[in-house]
Amino acid sequence: MDNQSKFNFKHNVEKGLADSELRSNLKFATNTLRAKRKALFADPEETHALRETGRNIKARVLSRLPKLLGKLEKNCIRNGIRVHWAETTDEANQLVLEIMDKHGAAKMVKGKSMVSEEMHLNSFLEKKGKTPLETDLGEFIIQLNNEPPSHIIVPAVHKNRRQIARIFADKIPGATYTEDVDTLLKTARKILREHYRTAHIGLSGVNFAVAETGTLCLVENEGNGRMCTTVPPVHVALMGLEKVVEKLEDVPPLYRLLCGSATGQRITTYFNMITGPRKKGERDGPTEVHLIILDNGRSKILADGQLQETLRCIRCGTCLNHCPVYTRIGGHAYQSTYPGPIGTILMPQLEGLDKKGALVTASSLCNACEEVCPVMIPIPELIRRLRNEHWDMDKKGVLKGRGSKKSILEALVWKTWKFTCTIPWINRIQLKLMGLSGGFLPEIGPLKAWTSVRTKPVFSKKSLKDLAKKEGIRHG
Amino acid sequence: MGKPNSRENIFSRLNKAVRTVPAWYPDPSPWEPARLTPKERISQFKELMTAGRSEVYPVKGDEWVAQLKKILHERRINTLTYGPETEIGKVLATEWETNDGSTRLIPWNNTIETFRDELFKIDAGITSTMGGIADGAALILWPTPEEPRLLSLVPPVHFALVRADKIFASFTEAIKKLDWAKKAPTNSLLISGPSRTADIEMILQFGVHGPTDLIVLVVE
Repeated sequence: MDNQSKFNFKHNVEKGLADSELRSNLKFATNTLRAKRKALFADPEETHALRETGRNIKARVLSRLPKLLGKLEKNCIRNGIRVHWAETTDEANQLVLEIMDKHGAAKMVKGKSMVSEEMHLNSFLEKKGKTPLETDLGEFIIQLNNEPPSHIIVPAVHKNRRQIARIFADKIPGATYTEDVDTLLKTARKILREHYRTAHIGLSGVNFAVAETGTLCLVENEGNGRMCTTVPPVHVALMGLEKVVEKLEDVPPLYRLLCGSATGQRITTYFNMITGPRKKGERDGPTEVHLIILDNGRSKILADGQLQETLRCIRCGTCLNHCPVYTRIGGHAYQSTYPGPIGTILMPQLEGLDKKGALVTASSLCNACEEVCPVMIPIPELIRRLRNEHWDMDKKGVLKGRGSKKSILEALVWKTWKFTCTIPWINRIQLKLMGLSGGFLPEIGPLKAWTSVRTKPVFSKKSLKDLAKKEGIRHG
Repeated sequence: MGKPNSRENIFSRLNKAVRTVPAWYPDPSPWEPARLTPKERISQFKELMTAGRSEVYPVKGDEWVAQLKKILHERRINTLTYGPETEIGKVLATEWETNDGSTRLIPWNNTIETFRDELFKIDAGITSTMGGIADGAALILWPTPEEPRLLSLVPPVHFALVRADKIFASFTEAIKKLDWAKKAPTNSLLISGPSRTADIEMILQFGVHGPTDLIVLVVE
């Protein structure tokens, strides 16, 4: 399912819901992740205080964003990191390609990076004759099967062991079918370690970039991130410009929030802090470190006092695990880099309501996402804001594609409804007519969809108003 | 590289946008996990490291060499790499000179470019640490020219020495006490266990890319 093909959300949802294997895989995985998070954040008061700290740290960052980015750039350059700026994903792709070409590099080992997914970096590089290799085990599995990730943290969450065993057997030369996870892992380990040893360039994302020190922080469990950033001679780091934090002291609470929310761990296996390329006398590490800072619409999001709350996101993925919609339809249905509640608010802002507006329907506004969000993003409120913009309700929208759902017929219906409720004699006629015709509502349009799974509403012959009158109830 | 005016465009948009941000935000209240006595730190460190599937061996002073040799022998580890100029490196070299065991000691003397192929074949690596943190728990590693970054990553078994009096209560405390912001080297790390993944059916598996075993010798 590639991102470029036409986006038909309704079709995707139906397909996701009908896939019972997918649904049981998702149910199992998200239940596990939720239980783990709950066990770690067992004390509600403590958790609330920690989330408040996280929110305030990120909110403060946004209030000083240009200043902090300037500081980050200055300190990174001082540390020997080469800093590049990209307004669009095209520019960022081009920058990666230029760095690869400059070093005559053909093979790239990649640590997990959502920004690289946002850029569609793999397909771009493949078209240019390069070999990008995903090394995170989940990403490795789905790259073998030529699929995009379906979860921010657990990219292959939609696959079970049997499906993964099949992918290994079909796509890896010489591999035989086995459901033994240990054997699968050994196969991957052997292939990947050979790639680390021979790759020309390593790529990674960035979880936190510390402005005060010019440090890039990477959070991971597998060690593939350390491999990608340490073994190859060149390291390229990609970050969205909202990933900057002010001071090193800001990192521990955000780190705890990130790993606790993502996987329910107190701490991940590796917390990797990089301040620059190999210094004179050092025996390993890349000789060049590049940092590409991507905007891709983020500076526009910052310009809106409400929508900018989206930029506090630390990409933990816990809103996905808690969402009654995501956990049933899966990540691929969103056909977007970021699925789940965060994707619902972020994608229409990045790509426009005309393209990704359908995503804002993927919510029952149950509030679960907001309750667990480590940086307290009011996701349901932002969904409502986007829905309003989608229909251009208050005519104050700022997003690309605002009002793309607006229809004259619908506006007319609401206008008429207003009259029937505010002008007494029209109201009387309407009630009479509905009493007479209510039993014969034609099953077309929205009513057809509604009645496909529900009984058709039938209006009473007499209105409540008439009945009240008859009973002698008076008001006022 | 890149378009020359990208940076200017981004900054001009950000500078304009930042005016819409509320002028005041409550300061984040500092977050610090519970303070612990030195004794509690050590016991919590041992407990949580073990829970994270690391092996922890408390040793007294110089006994770590004997403990190391015992483990190397028991697990039939054939090769061990180390930084020869470090304090522990010197101890190892002397020990092996007088009492060569079944494990071959391989010093890391060269740059990775010449040592890479050999390194990927070595069974184990040993490093010292800057200490540990009890809230987590994790080792603190500040690799140096004498003790490179990949010593703790490429060999399938990683031995690490931690001084018990260098176990801090939390990451926050370690940042302050070690003056991390000013003094940290090119690469600094927290390591809380062997390399792991749960990407296949949430089944926790160890040793996916890096070390399959992390063996911590706590020197008291």
